[in-house]
Amino acid sequence: MMSEMFEYAPAPESRSAVRIEDSYGLFVDGEFVSAKRTFPTIDPATEEVLAEVAEAGAEEVDLAVAAARTAFERVWGPMSGRERAKYLYRIARIIQERSRELAVLESIDNGKPIRETRDFDLPQAAAHFFYHAGWADKLEYAGYGTTPIGVAGQIIPWNFPLLMLAWKIAPALACGNTVVLKPAETTPLTALAFADICRQAELPPGVVNIVTGGPQTGRLLVEHPGVDKIAFTGSTEVGRAIARAVVGTGKRLGLELGGKGANIVFDDAPLDQAVEGIVDSIFFNQGQVCCAGSRLLVQESVAEELLARLKERTATLRLGDPLDKNTDVGAINSAAQLARISELTASGEAEGAERWSPECALPERGFWFAPTILTGVALSHRVAREEIFGPVLSVLTFRTPAEAVEKANNTPYGLSAGVWTEKGSRILSMAQKLRAGVVWANTFNRFDPASPFGGYKESGFGREGGRQGLEAYLAQ
Amino acid sequence: MADALSVTSVNELRGILHGLPGVDQVGVEARAARLGTRSVKNESKARAVDLAISMVDLTSLEGADTPGKVRALCAKAVHTAPGAPTVGAVCVYPDLVKVAVDALRGSGVGVASVATAFPAGRAPLAVKLEDTRQAVADGASEIDMVIDRGAFLTGDYAKVYDEITAVKEACGAAHLKVILETGELATYDNVRRASWLAMLAGADFIKTSTGKIQPAATAPVVLLMLQAVRDFRERHGRTVGVKPAGGIRTTKDAIRMLVLVNEVAGPDWLDPRLFRIGASSLLNDLLMQREKFATGVYSGPDYFTLD
Repeated sequence: MMSEMFEYAPAPESRSAVRIEDSYGLFVDGEFVSAKRTFPTIDPATEEVLAEVAEAGAEEVDLAVAAARTAFERVWGPMSGRERAKYLYRIARIIQERSRELAVLESIDNGKPIRETRDFDLPQAAAHFFYHAGWADKLEYAGYGTTPIGVAGQIIPWNFPLLMLAWKIAPALACGNTVVLKPAETTPLTALAFADICRQAELPPGVVNIVTGGPQTGRLLVEHPGVDKIAFTGSTEVGRAIARAVVGTGKRLGLELGGKGANIVFDDAPLDQAVEGIVDSIFFNQGQVCCAGSRLLVQESVAEELLARLKERTATLRLGDPLDKNTDVGAINSAAQLARISELTASGEAEGAERWSPECALPERGFWFAPTILTGVALSHRVAREEIFGPVLSVLTFRTPAEAVEKANNTPYGLSAGVWTEKGSRILSMAQKLRAGVVWANTFNRFDPASPFGGYKESGFGREGGRQGLEAYLAQ
Repeated sequence: MADALSVTSVNELRGILHGLPGVDQVGVEARAARLGTRSVKNESKARAVDLAISMVDLTSLEGADTPGKVRALCAKAVHTAPGAPTVGAVCVYPDLVKVAVDALRGSGVGVASVATAFPAGRAPLAVKLEDTRQAVADGASEIDMVIDRGAFLTGDYAKVYDEITAVKEACGAAHLKVILETGELATYDNVRRASWLAMLAGADFIKTSTGKIQPAATAPVVLLMLQAVRDFRERHGRTVGVKPAGGIRTTKDAIRMLVLVNEVAGPDWLDPRLFRIGASSLLNDLLMQREKFATGVYSGPDYFTLD
């Protein structure tokens, strides 16, 4: 792929920036406590065990919820917004100060490239705390009242572990709630590092509690009677189960679930930038993004040219060591996820799509999947309907704007969409017709704490970020 | 006019240029910035430094230039450093071409001359053509012409096209580099259109800037021009070179340019016949880095000649 003149150096970020303990406890009431059972967390790029992590059972979840309740009633709920803001600003600054360490840790535990953790996850996580720190003393101007809900149980996914933590904790704390957060089973380490940051920031004990564990721990948290609000980001399947469990309990619920985003390229699009945008939309974070543009809808008149350029560009992506600063595509997060991606991609081939990947050597150990483009996909194929959550792009074509809208909306999901055209009026009309929570124009996968994010239909409900995101954590 | 494609009418030319895909400003800038973070292996870097030296168009374009100054520049072009390659060419004003040709005879280093009323290009066509013919007659092997930006910005593409073909004819065997002066074209869409216009009219090279206007060779502009030569070869089968000029002062800048070449146009363009860097102070920085790679230490600027 590369000429001999230009071999890019392995430019690994040093692991010495971070010290991983042999074992981690739960973070309850400001202290690390042990649990009866533990489970390992591994480096998906090497399959090495990184640490043993405590698995919270019923007793530990009880303790965490009780600590959060006490902190809510005695300290955090009654505290003025101005005082709460000081803590949030302090946390944001510590995240910035420790960003190198956190970026390395995230790349090790998750498998995503250091370029992304360094340039995306960490700056965004800090920005979320800064942004919500600003709201803490201005809630009365947001329009949703100033009364916090109470104890929030938050369950986050493994694709952006620390960033999803920030999306959940920052608004909850800004509005005066306390939290019990369960990080994903395969990526607990940055959440535990965040627990340390809470101590460093001298956050009052019990305001943030972190309970690690698997689905059982999640279920205990969801069903716990002491929790006033459940916020979940993850698969639609689990989201449904949570919704059923919460019905009739009076708990508030916010769900941010799967997606099958359509990235629509018209024939007058800035093609070279569209190619970049497609790469960002599906190969960013190995495609393990709920709002990924996993369906490319391209106008037939430019399909051939665009695909040729896209393949050329995809062939230049560098897959390998997540800690190498030149790496564009890292490891898949887990063996289970890799199996799911492989199975769905094979089904696409079996149903008649044409499969293409660049020549690209995969490391022997670890979980890897080469960037893949499926062409000739029809709406009836599974790869056009089901979320693959991997670096696999399904390409469909359309002839008219109306057909593009029809195909884009023909999905049970409705999280994201992209529109590529030089015509401003067409961008606006498409944005009105697309049933998606976010519509990007001439770009993809851009985020800002001030911009609300969330889905339609089976992609969930509730918004995170922006003024609208505060509603989820205020009782009105 | 062998290289000019036959474009029959003004409307056809306009149709071709306005039919090119647009450029999204945010997207192209983000892509260029991301490529700037590539980290290159040290051994590759050492080779890249030598390659960059061979791509330098060592330039002096001052009102105060004298035969003595040009002779010193030529000496530097040939005697870069022990074991180092010579530069690609020396670039001077037309009236000093003879001096440079004499000084560089037998060295293999080309003589490039700016012509066509450089840098503004505001002179009658007859003057521009005579300027070119004179430089070629005096021995220039490469001509760097400027396009009529005024005509381009008013949409008179035919005038720009005709001027390039006429200058190309006046060049004879000399290579023609067409300076777009992207800093005055202002938009990325214009950069793409001007690149295609110059290539359609027969340019051997497209060059970013005169060096007299800021901004000059920015990364997104060079990226766009590299895309243009790549796409042009795909469509028309002719390979055109690219020359960024202006503001490239350090080895780091030069290597970033080479990374752009490698990833956008492709390794074919990693060749002094197809990629040049117009610069004056860059050469010494390349030589200093070269010595650093060879010996492991930096020596002071006093050990490098200032010609």
